Parts: sequence; C-alpha cells; structure tokens
Amino acid sequence: MQKTLSTLFRRGSETARLDEEMRFHIEQEIADRVARGVSPEDARREAMRQFGNPTLLRDEARRVWSWGWLEALGRDMRISTRKLMRSPGFTITAVAVMALCIGATTCLFTVVRAVLLEPLPFHDPDKLVMVYEHFRSNLSENPYNPVASGDFYEWREKTHGFDDMAAWQTTSFNVSDEQGKLPEVAEAGAGSWNLFRLLGVSPALGRTFTENEDRVGQAQVAMLSWSLFQRRFGGDASIVGKQIDLDAKPYTIVGVLPEWFAYPTARVQLWVPYASIKTSESIHWPDNHDSSVVARIRPDVSLKTAIGEVSALQYRIHMEHQSQPVAEDAMTRPMIEDVVSDVKTPLLVMMAAVGCMLLIGCLNVSNLLVARAAARQKEMAIRGALGAGRFTLLREQMMETMILCACGGAFGLLLAMAGTRWLMMHWKQLPRAEAVHVDGVVVLFACGVVCLTAVLAGLLPAISATNKNVLGALQDSARAVGGGLSKARLRKLLLMAEIALTVVLLIAAGLLLKSFVHLRSSDIGCASENVLTMKYSLPNAGYDKPEQQVAFSESLLEGVRRLPGVRAAALGTVVPGAGWGGDRVFLIPGHPLVDPQHQPDAVQRWVDPEYFSTLQIPLIAGRFFDNHDRLDHSNYVIISKELARRYFPNEDPLHKFIVMGIDVTNKKNTYEVVGIVGDTLYRVGSRVKSTVYFPILSGAPDSRRKTLVVRTDGDPLRFAIPIQKQIAALDPQLPVVDVLTIPQIVGESTMNQSFTASLVLAFAVLSLLLAGVGLYGVLSYLVTQRVTEIGIRIALGAQRSQVLGLVLRDGMRPVLAGLAVGVAGGAAVGVLLRTLLYGTKPMDPLVFFGMILALLAVAAIASAAPAWRASSVDPMQALRTE
Amino acid sequence: MGRPNDLVQGTLGLLILKTISLEPKHGWAIAKRIEQISNDVLQVQQGSLYPALQRLEQQGWIRSKWGETETGRQARFYSLTAAGKAQLEREREMWTRLSAAIDLVVES
Repeated sequence: MQKTLSTLFRRGSETARLDEEMRFHIEQEIADRVARGVSPEDARREAMRQFGNPTLLRDEARRVWSWGWLEALGRDMRISTRKLMRSPGFTITAVAVMALCIGATTCLFTVVRAVLLEPLPFHDPDKLVMVYEHFRSNLSENPYNPVASGDFYEWREKTHGFDDMAAWQTTSFNVSDEQGKLPEVAEAGAGSWNLFRLLGVSPALGRTFTENEDRVGQAQVAMLSWSLFQRRFGGDASIVGKQIDLDAKPYTIVGVLPEWFAYPTARVQLWVPYASIKTSESIHWPDNHDSSVVARIRPDVSLKTAIGEVSALQYRIHMEHQSQPVAEDAMTRPMIEDVVSDVKTPLLVMMAAVGCMLLIGCLNVSNLLVARAAARQKEMAIRGALGAGRFTLLREQMMETMILCACGGAFGLLLAMAGTRWLMMHWKQLPRAEAVHVDGVVVLFACGVVCLTAVLAGLLPAISATNKNVLGALQDSARAVGGGLSKARLRKLLLMAEIALTVVLLIAAGLLLKSFVHLRSSDIGCASENVLTMKYSLPNAGYDKPEQQVAFSESLLEGVRRLPGVRAAALGTVVPGAGWGGDRVFLIPGHPLVDPQHQPDAVQRWVDPEYFSTLQIPLIAGRFFDNHDRLDHSNYVIISKELARRYFPNEDPLHKFIVMGIDVTNKKNTYEVVGIVGDTLYRVGSRVKSTVYFPILSGAPDSRRKTLVVRTDGDPLRFAIPIQKQIAALDPQLPVVDVLTIPQIVGESTMNQSFTASLVLAFAVLSLLLAGVGLYGVLSYLVTQRVTEIGIRIALGAQRSQVLGLVLRDGMRPVLAGLAVGVAGGAAVGVLLRTLLYGTKPMDPLVFFGMILALLAVAAIASAAPAWRASSVDPMQALRTE
Repeated sequence: MGRPNDLVQGTLGLLILKTISLEPKHGWAIAKRIEQISNDVLQVQQGSLYPALQRLEQQGWIRSKWGETETGRQARFYSLTAAGKAQLEREREMWTRLSAAIDLVVES
C-alpha cells in the first residue's frame, strides 16, 4: 500500500528511475554483444531491436502502477477542459442549459421527496391509515367523507380490527392578551386523548391529555405547539401547569408538542381534547360529519378485515338512522395519502414537466455536441489513424459531456437550493412544507441526474463522432457536397424529439393555464372590487347573551359606516369563496321526502340586512332582511336561486316554509322564505350549492364567528387599519384575522392551481426557448455545410427566394414531424390532466391551436436567420473558400 | 515482442523470486541468469520483465535499491523481502504440485 501511494505521489521520479533502469539494460545488452565481438554499431542496433519500443515498454511497466486510470482520467480532464475553454460560447450555453434543467429537476425532487415520498414522522407510519365514512350515492373523485363524532365513538368501542382509533378536527380560539401580548386568533386542533399515543408522539414538555380530560364539560386543558410556545411564551418551560385564556375561558397548559410536529398542518397552534369542543348532545350525533379519524393497523388483522368490520357497523348505524344523512360504509386509505391528497397530482405533473424539460435540455446539449463533433471529424479520424483506440476517443468525448454536466449540476444545485427556498416561502398551501430541505439524498440525486444527463446528452454524439471510417473522413474534403449528411440526419432526429416534447409541455401548460385563468376569473357571484373582509369571533364570556352580540355588531357597523370613504358595511358568517362553512339538511312541509338519502341540504349563512347590497348579490324576488328581523322575530330566511330551482320546481317559494333538521314538526326550526337571491360559490371552482341565509342579528349561537364586509371608495386595504381601530375601541381584547380582499380570498384558495399552472408554464416556455435555439443551431450548421452547394445553385441562376425556401423547408420538416408527434402526445396528456382541469376540455381547441402557433412562430424566427444567411451567400466567395 | 505468455503463464514471478533469492540482482542480470540456468530455453523478454518487477514490488515481495555494479555503473538491484520469501515457498510448492500433476497426465 505504501508503495502504491508512493507511486502516486512520486510518479515523476519513479518514471525517471524506470527510464534509467531500461537504459542500463540496453547498455548491458550492447556491452554483452561487444564482448562477444560484435561491432559497437551492430551491437546497438541489435540490442535496440531486441528490446523493442522503450516508450511502449515504459508505459506497460507503468500500467502496473495501480494509479494508471487516475492518470488517464486526469489527462482526459485536462484535455477536455482545455477544449471547452477554447469555445466559451458553447460551454457557457451548455452549462447554463444543464444548470437550469438539473436545478429545476433537483428542486422539484426535493419537494416531491419531502412531501410525497418521505414517510410521515410518526411511529411505524406504514401502519397508520385514515378511516372515513362513505356515502354510496357519492360517485365523485373524492369518496372520503369526514366522520361524525357519534360514529367515531361507536367504531372505537365496538370494533376490534384496529389497534386503536383517534379522532381530531380543527377549530380556532381567541387567545386573550395577557402581560402586554396582543390578542390573536389561533388555529387549533381538537384531538381525542389517545391521538398522540396512537401517532407515537411524546410531548417535548409536560404530558398529553388523559382519558378523563377528554370528556364533555371536564376541566379545560390545552397543549401548545412548539411554535406558539416559542413565539408567545419565549420557550419558558415553567408555562406548563399555568393557564392560558382561550375564548376568554381559562385552560391549563399540560404539555408542549415537539418542534417537528406539524400535523395536520403547521398552522395548528394548539390542541385541546376532542370532546371539550362538543356538547353532550352533539358528541353522539351520527350525521355531523366534521372529524378525521386516524387508525393503526393491528399486525395480526388484515386491513380488509378491519375496515370490513367498521363498514358493517356503520351500515347498522345507517339503518338505525334512516331518516338522517348517515353514511352506509366506511372507507380507508393510508394516512400519507390523506395528508398530501390536494397536492399529489399537481406535484407529479410538475415533476413530469420538469423531467420533460430535463430531457429537452439533454437533447439540446446533445445537438450542440453533434455539431462540435462534426467540426472535429477530421481530428478524430487522424487520431484514430495514429492508433488511438475507439474506447479512448469515446472516453474523451464523454469526459467533455461529463464536465459540462457536472458544472451544470453544481450550479443547478445552487439554483435548486434557492428555488426550494422560494417555493417554500410562497407556496403556503403545501402540506409537510416544514420537512422540505436540501440534504445529502438531494445532493446524491443531483449527482445521479448529472450522470444520467451526461450519458443521455453525450453518448449519442460520442458514438457518432467516433464512428467514422478513417479513410472516409480524411477524404471527405470540405468541397464534398454531401458531407456530414448522416450527422445532419441525427441532429434532425434529435430536434424532432425535442420539438415533440416541447409541444407536449406547451399543451399541458396551456391547458393548466387556461383552466387556472378560468378559475380565477370565474364569477363567484358577488362584487370583488373594493371589498375588504375581516374575521373576528365573539367569545362566550361577555357575549353570552344574544342581545350583547347584537349590540356589539350594531355599534361596530355604525362606527365603520361613519368612516369617510366607506360606502357600505355589513356582517356575515362566511363570504363567497371563503369555504364550505357548514351545511344542514332541511325539509319542506308538504313536499314528500322521496328518498331519505337525498334529503334537501343547503349551506348555511347568517347575514345582516345590508349584506347582499354590500356584496352586490342581486335580489331576485321578495325582500332582503330588514331591521325587524332580529332576536325574537327571526324566523325568516332568504334562499339562493339554486335552492329555489332545485327544491321548489314549478312553484313560487316565497312565503313557503322550510324546516331545518329532520323533524318536520319542529316549530322552532321552521322558517318562512322571504326572499330569493343570486347564487354564489362557496369556493372558486366548486359547483353552485343551495344556500340558505338567516338573519345574523337573531343572535343565533351558530353566528358567533363573523366576517365584517366593507365596500369602499378606492383601494380597500387602506381601510384595514382604521376599521381594526374601530374594533379595538369597542373591545380591545378582540383579535381580528384574515384581513383580505375578495381577490385575495380567491387567490389563497387557488394557490395549488396557481403554482401548478405557472411552474409548468415556466418549464414549457424554457423548453420552447431551448427548442428554438436547437433549431437555429441545426439550420446554421446545415447552411454552413452547404455553402458551396448554395453558391453553385445561385451561380447557376437559382433565385434568392428559392434558396430561402430550400433552407426553410429543411428546417420545417423536423418541426412539423415533431409537431405531429407532440400533438398526439398532448392529447394523451390532456386526458391524464383531466382531474386538474376546470372549465377546460382536455382537447381544448384554443389551447391546441394557440400552442401550435406559438411553436411555429418560434420555429420561423429560429429558421429566419440561417435562411437569410443562406440566401445572401455570395457565389464567388462561396466557391473560392477552401 | 515478448509477451508474458512466452513463459508458462504466471511462472515469471516464481522465476524472478527464485533468481534473486540468493543475492540481489538488477533487471538485466535476472534475465540473463534465467536464460543461463535454463540453457537458453526460457527467454525473458524485457516487455514482460519490467512490468513483472513492478508488479512484484507493488505486492511487497521484492524491494529495490540503487547500487553500483562491478563496472561501477548505477543500477537498480532487486532483493527478496520476508513476505517475498514466504511467497517463493508457496509458489514453489504450487509449481511442484502442478508440474507433477501435468507429468501424470502427459506421461500416462
């Protein structure tokens, strides 16, 4: 080993010694012969002949040193670097292309790996599944219905196929100001006591909930997330055991969750026991579908058996409550699927797009390399003739590609790090974002991509460059008109593949973009300009009487309406576009219920008299609420056009009655329809849903969480601070959240689509650019090759326009072929993307034609310069050169 | 050109080890000695000799030292190491077994 190393570091002196030894050998041979009486000259000649080629011998001896390959590698690298430095334009282009492609691929891989591939950070995560209810009538893409708490408790008690089951749902609390900290609204989780045990999460401080604490009306306890613990309590461990005021009620902090815990999202700031947010009634309801259920598979029971048991039980519950919307079946899927369900397809689409771009980048570099190889054809042939092995030449060629790709990879990794950071900062909707980071595996992946790209980009040109019979290349004079035709064919083929891929990407991007634009511009049914919304939630303490709530609302509205520049102000619970916000089944007296499974169902909203005029939701018939529809006189509702159309066909719903719930005789829940208003969407891209509006000034308990809606003159965000000051003046304890304009609300709910569309579009545009550069390269090369031929043509009387056409035709042939393949591919991709499209058909003609035109335009521009150069060839010049 | 297979494959190492087991020798002397002892039957080509010497040295079986020849010229002398002695014994034993076996087959 020592010797091995010494040969590596003292190669120079070792070589000298070897030379000296061999010289000595020859001298001895000569001396031997002279001693035998041969003349010195003859002796020298004979000895040399017998000895052979000293250089070769030396090389052979040196090859024994185990570092020969390293030397060869170093030499290859030196030569390749020198060659690359000699053509900086090519090198910079190729490295930039590779950096961009490898960077984008690595960045996307980083995200995909952390979000989709990494197991959840819980104990034995493969055994964790989510259990859902399933309505047999639900045939949509998403068959997984949330679970009612009543059903969950039945499942947990009466089935034994799972190790354990835990439930959680999200809620929010006003965290009161204390010790000078501002009040805030915190998103919270309500989890059953065994949730953390089931997930295998132990708290960083204190303990989790006990079974006894997880009961309706028990002592109030809470756990903090690490971030709330750090942010609000400065990481002071003595906070455990102390109290925190949530919705103005004291909760004892029993523990702090570890830093890495970010389930279901990082936005959840604190946890309370599941039952603590239920009432002794609601906890047993089998039809209030609001919870998620996590279960751990038992090692000795198959998942199928376990879920079959739950399903059978659920069917019994369903049969016992036939008049209620209780699901027939239970369904399951792995927990990770539930966490990433919204972003899985978008991420995979982006990954596929970036893969396409990488491939296009490789083809482009490959194309550039073929051009270089063509220029160096003779060099290769001469070196081959002088005895360089094909493998050596191939290795050298590959080394060049390898260096290009490695440089590209290094820059790409930097790009990927920056890109990942940018994505994480801006893509707030991404689940598991906290787990995304560049680490060893990502670097390894980048190295893998570098090797792959080197092989993809380099092998074809390298083989074609070294695959030339020596004589042919040497005889191939520059004047030979057909020179390099096979290489041109190879380049055209590469170009065709590139264009086909580009077209596929363009079409995918076009479809996603169109559907995104469609989504963003879709009419959610209310005014979107100059409207500001903000949410607050009145706590029970101090506002437990309806009168107190109404008094607060009225003083607030009065104050806000007095602000200069405010045109209108109103209160509602959930504004259009801001989400589902809860629904309820209802009955219409006199309408027979045909099928209990299809009981009428409507989204519920509470609004004040000016809500509709403020949001400019049109009145279709009847009247809006007025100031008399409050407190005791609140048995009036306004319904949406969709509800009227669907449940009152062929009759006038005005002054008819509807009964909320399932008991048609319940007088308290009977409401008279006084108005019909236009439809609104609860979320952009959703179907129109029947909606029923109740007067908010009725002080109904469900209307504690309120959204203030203000229509203003000019930029509504200017009014945010003055309005918040109004609220603070009324109640300094009351935190305000989500100060947003309607477009911002829509923007937040379409963030996934926005990222998918814009990233895929970016990749497609880059690919288009690459394809353009590729086309330009191929045509320029062809024109240079054919200068002589073109010169002769022009000398013989060909018109410039004919020459122009000749080159353009040459360029357009691979473009058109690629286009045809690409359009076919695009059609297939459109079908695959179906689930991501909104208001756009997979074969949208506008997108297809638009993208084809875009490609043709780029192709025309890319061909124009070489074609023009060809047509302006001076025949004398062309024939004289060489 | 001489190639290693001019000799029975793999025996050059054994011959070199044996040749220098008595006293250190330089490359030319090793070749001459082998030719001499074998009555010129075994011709060691330089093309095989020097790579073989390099290989043996890398294995740690021989070591080289620069010294003066009888004629006063600087040359590289090779000598056996302890590991080389052991290796020589192993190879010699193997050769004996092998040649005996070949004898059995050829003479039967």
